[in-house]
Amino acid sequence: MELTSSILKVSHLNVTLDGQKILHDISFDLNRDDTVAVVGPNGAGKSVLFRALLGLIPYTGTIVWEKNIKINYIPQRFTIDSDFPLTVREFLNFKTKNHHTILSALRSVGITDEHHINHHLLNQRLGWLSGGQIQRVLIAWAIIDQPDVILFDEPTAGIDVGGEETIYHLIKKLKDEKDLTILIISHDLNVVYKYATTVLCLNKDMVCYGAPTDALDPSALKALYGEATFLTHDHQHK
Amino acid sequence: MSDIFFLQLIIGGAIGIGAGYIGAFMILRRMALVGDALSHVALPGLALALLFNFNPFVGAFTALFVAIVGIWILERKTSIPSETLVGIFFTTALALGILLTPQPELLEALFGDIGNVARMDLYITLPIIALVMIALKLISKPLALSTISKDLTRSMKIPVNTINFLFLLMVAIIVALGIKVTGTLLMGALVIIPAAAGRNISRTFSHYTFMSAVLGGVAAISGIIIAHQYGFTPGPLVVLSGGTLFLVSLLFKQQ
Repeated sequence: MELTSSILKVSHLNVTLDGQKILHDISFDLNRDDTVAVVGPNGAGKSVLFRALLGLIPYTGTIVWEKNIKINYIPQRFTIDSDFPLTVREFLNFKTKNHHTILSALRSVGITDEHHINHHLLNQRLGWLSGGQIQRVLIAWAIIDQPDVILFDEPTAGIDVGGEETIYHLIKKLKDEKDLTILIISHDLNVVYKYATTVLCLNKDMVCYGAPTDALDPSALKALYGEATFLTHDHQHK
Repeated sequence: MSDIFFLQLIIGGAIGIGAGYIGAFMILRRMALVGDALSHVALPGLALALLFNFNPFVGAFTALFVAIVGIWILERKTSIPSETLVGIFFTTALALGILLTPQPELLEALFGDIGNVARMDLYITLPIIALVMIALKLISKPLALSTISKDLTRSMKIPVNTINFLFLLMVAIIVALGIKVTGTLLMGALVIIPAAAGRNISRTFSHYTFMSAVLGGVAAISGIIIAHQYGFTPGPLVVLSGGTLFLVSLLFKQQ
């Protein structure tokens, strides 16, 4: 048996939407337990790649997931009106009615105070939560039914810098605790260096693919963000 | 209490409950205006039923069904926004319906008349309302989820388009039934107002859908009773009762 097995094989993926070529000839393999960061400028087709991987939009080429795999997805635009009458409990109940499963999922995302959960959080409307709280609840929702893969589309959009760091830290912690393969769209290259095992650079074409320190070379960065890219990264070598 | 009045109360109440319940989902899906305009489409169907002497419910439902399928297809095939489509086709249908409807029946078609219900209406209405409400309850989870995020719902392998279509079908059934109570002009109100009031006073989803149904029933029954007492047409009074309930609900608004 192979030590690392390929969980996803993408070859010659092309996506054209409304006559516009969005993704061009994307090919890559994904290994089980990888954390892949998808980076690229706005309009590079990052979200479109996710939607193609989930089979939500038409494409040409092949996308082959390992058989019987469970994939969960957290979309980027998750805005819910504050007067949408849906409590956190009802939202999580869409996935499971088992209170213990809900508690353990919430514990995994760092919400541990049982009194707070039972008497406040679960009875709160989803639309009343702050950006960071919604994100935690969404991550709990995503892990509650024990997926093999989670696709995060910009999990920290609309969250302040401190909260952003916490969310990434949380995702890393979950990955370490549970047998998870993670694909994550991020704008922040520091995040890529810090948390990703693999980076996929996208600018309609696939510009680079590999370990972040190797793949994100000056030519890749230039192809992604243009000539005047100055980047410093503060990752720590162990 | 006369038999016929009792029948009116039961049929009207049941339709109010069904309309309130489905309205709860329409409001969340921002279909308030669509629901209002959609009811107008029933008029040409109603007119044809009167002209050719077949069941008005069948006529109204057929017209609504054609309109809904038409909008559903056009929305997917063209880039014209659905509110524009609704604005064009539904008002045109109303104009056509007014021309086609025989003069003596026009007022009844526009504003409803539950005064001439028969026992047969009871046997048609109650089972249909019950079936629609059970079906709605069954698809309520994907309906609510897809309102929050279509992509999230589709990623869970839920056939969102089919669910949407089923939902629209149920809207057509309820609106076609409700025309008996409020007429084609005011049916939109019976769907929208109780649900809007229910939303004001509810924090949870289950309470919201339950209260919308209850308030729909209360609006219909109280409207019919008041109309009966003072000799008015029930349709407008049903809508006015709903409006009053909405105003009261503002006093108890959550948040």
